[in-house]
Amino acid sequence: MYRYDDFDAAFIRARNAQFRAQVERRIDGSLTEDEFKPLRLMNGLYLQLHAYMLRVAIPYGTLNGARMRQLAYIAERWDKGYGHFTTRQNIQFNWPKLRDVPDMLDALAEVEMHAIQTSGNTIRNVTADHFAGAAADEIEDPRPVAELLRQWSTDHPEFQFLPRKFKIAVTGSPNDRAVTKAHDIGLRMVRDAAGAPGFEVIVGGGLGRTPMIGKVIRDFLPKADLLPYVEAIVSVYNLLGRRDNKYKARIKITVHEHGAEKIRALVEERFAQLRPQFSGVDQARLAGIEAHFAPPDFVSGPTDAYATERDTNPAFRSWSDTNLAPHRNPDYAIATISLKAHGGTPGDATAEQMRVMADLAERYAHDELRISHEQNVVLPHVHKSDLPAVYAALAKAGLATANIGLISDIIACPGMDYCALATARSIPVAQEIATRFGELRTEHDIGPLKIKISGCINACGHHHVGHIGILGLDRAGVENYQITLGGDGTETAAIGERAGPGFAYDEITPAIERLITGYLDLRSGPEETFIETYRRLGAAPFKAALYPESTRRNAA
Amino acid sequence: MSRQFTPKVVTANALIEGDVIYLTADDRWTRHHHEAELIEDHAHAQLRLLFAERQKSTVVGAYLADARRGRDGPEPVHFRETFRAVGPSNYPHGKQAGLIDVQI
Ligand code: SF4
Repeated sequence: MYRYDDFDAAFIRARNAQFRAQVERRIDGSLTEDEFKPLRLMNGLYLQLHAYMLRVAIPYGTLNGARMRQLAYIAERWDKGYGHFTTRQNIQFNWPKLRDVPDMLDALAEVEMHAIQTSGNTIRNVTADHFAGAAADEIEDPRPVAELLRQWSTDHPEFQFLPRKFKIAVTGSPNDRAVTKAHDIGLRMVRDAAGAPGFEVIVGGGLGRTPMIGKVIRDFLPKADLLPYVEAIVSVYNLLGRRDNKYKARIKITVHEHGAEKIRALVEERFAQLRPQFSGVDQARLAGIEAHFAPPDFVSGPTDAYATERDTNPAFRSWSDTNLAPHRNPDYAIATISLKAHGGTPGDATAEQMRVMADLAERYAHDELRISHEQNVVLPHVHKSDLPAVYAALAKAGLATANIGLISDIIACPGMDYCALATARSIPVAQEIATRFGELRTEHDIGPLKIKISGCINACGHHHVGHIGILGLDRAGVENYQITLGGDGTETAAIGERAGPGFAYDEITPAIERLITGYLDLRSGPEETFIETYRRLGAAPFKAALYPESTRRNAA
Repeated sequence: MSRQFTPKVVTANALIEGDVIYLTADDRWTRHHHEAELIEDHAHAQLRLLFAERQKSTVVGAYLADARRGRDGPEPVHFRETFRAVGPSNYPHGKQAGLIDVQI
C-alpha cells in the first residue's frame, strides 16, 4: 500500500492546523459563512439536511486494517457509531459537530488519511477497480497510476479552479468495474499489438443532468505518456470549458459542444508541447509507487477445506457462489463483503463491523481492504482454505449476506434522508425493495441485476447506468420516482431509457415487482440475464409489465 | 395583493451542531418546529429573515419555509421540511431521537 512520504505528512499536518484555526475563527465570528464555506468544503466538510457531514477520501478505495479500525474509532468517538461508504469509494460521517472536525481530521492523519479534494472544482479522488491487484482478468494493477495521478493533481496550481469538478477513473482490466465511461476521464488498460500495456483514453463521460457515455479519444496510450496526456486533456478543458453556466461546465458538455474530433486534435497538440517537459521524473516516481503496490507474498497450500465446506454447508455455498470472484492466483479468491443486508442502509457499516472487517483483513487477506463503488467492502486476497473461517466471522457480524450482483445489492445515494440537494429519499426505497425480494426468496433465481437509486438529478447513485435505474423527484410537493431501463456501467456502457411516468413512493416497490415478474416470463431461460433479455427484446415488453393499465387502455 | 401569502417559518442550521433550528416569536432559536413563529405576511417575513441572517455566529443558511397552522403550532408543508423537522427515515437519529412531541 502507498505510504505517505515526509512531504505528504507535513502537507497534511499543515492543512489540518490551518483548518483548525479557520474553524476557531468561524466560531468566534471573525469568519463569515460566506468566507468559511469554501474553506470547509476544501476539507471535505458539508452542511447537510440535519447536520454536518465529513467526507473522507479513500484513494482508489484501498484501506488496511489499521485505517479501517481508525474509521471505526472516529465513528464511535465523534459520530453515531457508523459510517456510510459512498459510490465514490469514500466514507461519509453523517453527524459530526463543527468543533470536533479538526480532531477528526487529526485522527485521520494519524493513519495517513484526509478529506482534502473531496469537494470543490478540483480533480477529485481518483477511483479504481476495486479488484485491482487481485483480479484474474487484470493486465496490471491500476492503482500505481491512480496514485501518480493523485499526487500530480493534489494542489496542482493550474487545476485548483477548474470550470467544474473533475473525476478520473482507472481500471487495469479490459472488463470495466470502475465505470470509466461515466467519468470526465476514464482510463481502461489494454495491450497494444506487441503486448505492451497502455490505456484506452475515454473523455467526457458523466451522469447527472445530462448523462453522457465518454468518447474514446485515444485507442492506445503508452503508459509512459499518461501524465502529460492527462495534463493536456485537463488544460484543454480548463481553457475551453464553460464557466458561464454551472450546468454546462463539465467536460462532457465541452466534448459534446466541440465534438470529440476537435477535442482530440487540441489534446494531441497540447500533448506534443507538454510531452518534452516530462523528463521522466514522473516515470521514476511511478516506479517508486509501484514498489508500494507489490503483490503480497501469496502462500501456497491445499484448498480442500474450501471444497469440503461447500459440500457440507449450503449457506456457505450460496455465499461463495455470489460473493467470490476469481483471483489471479488460483489458490486464492476475492471475497466481497456485502453492506446490503436486506432492509439495511446500502453502504453503511457500524464501528463494530468495521473492526471485524479490519481483523479479517489482517488475519486472512494480507492486510488489504477495498471499498467498491457499489458500496461494498472487498477482501481482495483470501486463501481459499481460509474462506470458511472468514465466512463464519462475517456471519456472526451480520456481514454474510449472499447477494453480490443480485437485485438486493442496490446502490443508493443518501437522498433526502441526509443530502441537502436531494429531491426525494432513496435509502428507504432501497430498503423496501431489498426487503421484499428477500422475503420472496427469488433473487438467486432472478440472477444478476443492478438496481441503482439516486435522490436527485445529480445521479450520485448512478441510476442512469443501472439495469433498472430509479430517480427520486419532487413532483408538486410529493416524492415521485422515475424508472429507467437498460443502463449499463461496464465496458458495454449505456444510459438507461426512461420507461414512462413516475411512481409514487408507495408504488415503486410493486412496480419493480411487476417488472421482475415480466422479465421472468420473457427470458429465454434461467441463464438469460435481465439486461440480456432487455437487449434482445427492447423496452416495449418491459414497459407493458410496468404499466399494465395503459397497455390495456391502448388495446381497448 | 393578488396572491395569497403562504405562511412561513424562519429556519436554519445551528453553526456548531448543524442541527435544524427555527426562529421563535421571542427571538430565540428552537429545535422544535411547532415552537417556531408562524409568519403570516410578506413584509414581516422579510424582516424576520434579515434578523436571522444577521446572527452570523450562531446560525447558517437561514431561509423561509412554508408552514401551516397546526394543533400545537406550525407544521411543515413540504416533505423536505417534514424530514428536517424529524430526522432521517433509516435510523432513529436526529430530532426524533430526543423529541417525542414531533410527529410526522
Ligand atoms: S444524487 Fe442528489 S440526493 Fe443523491 S447524494 Fe447526490 S446530490 Fe444528494
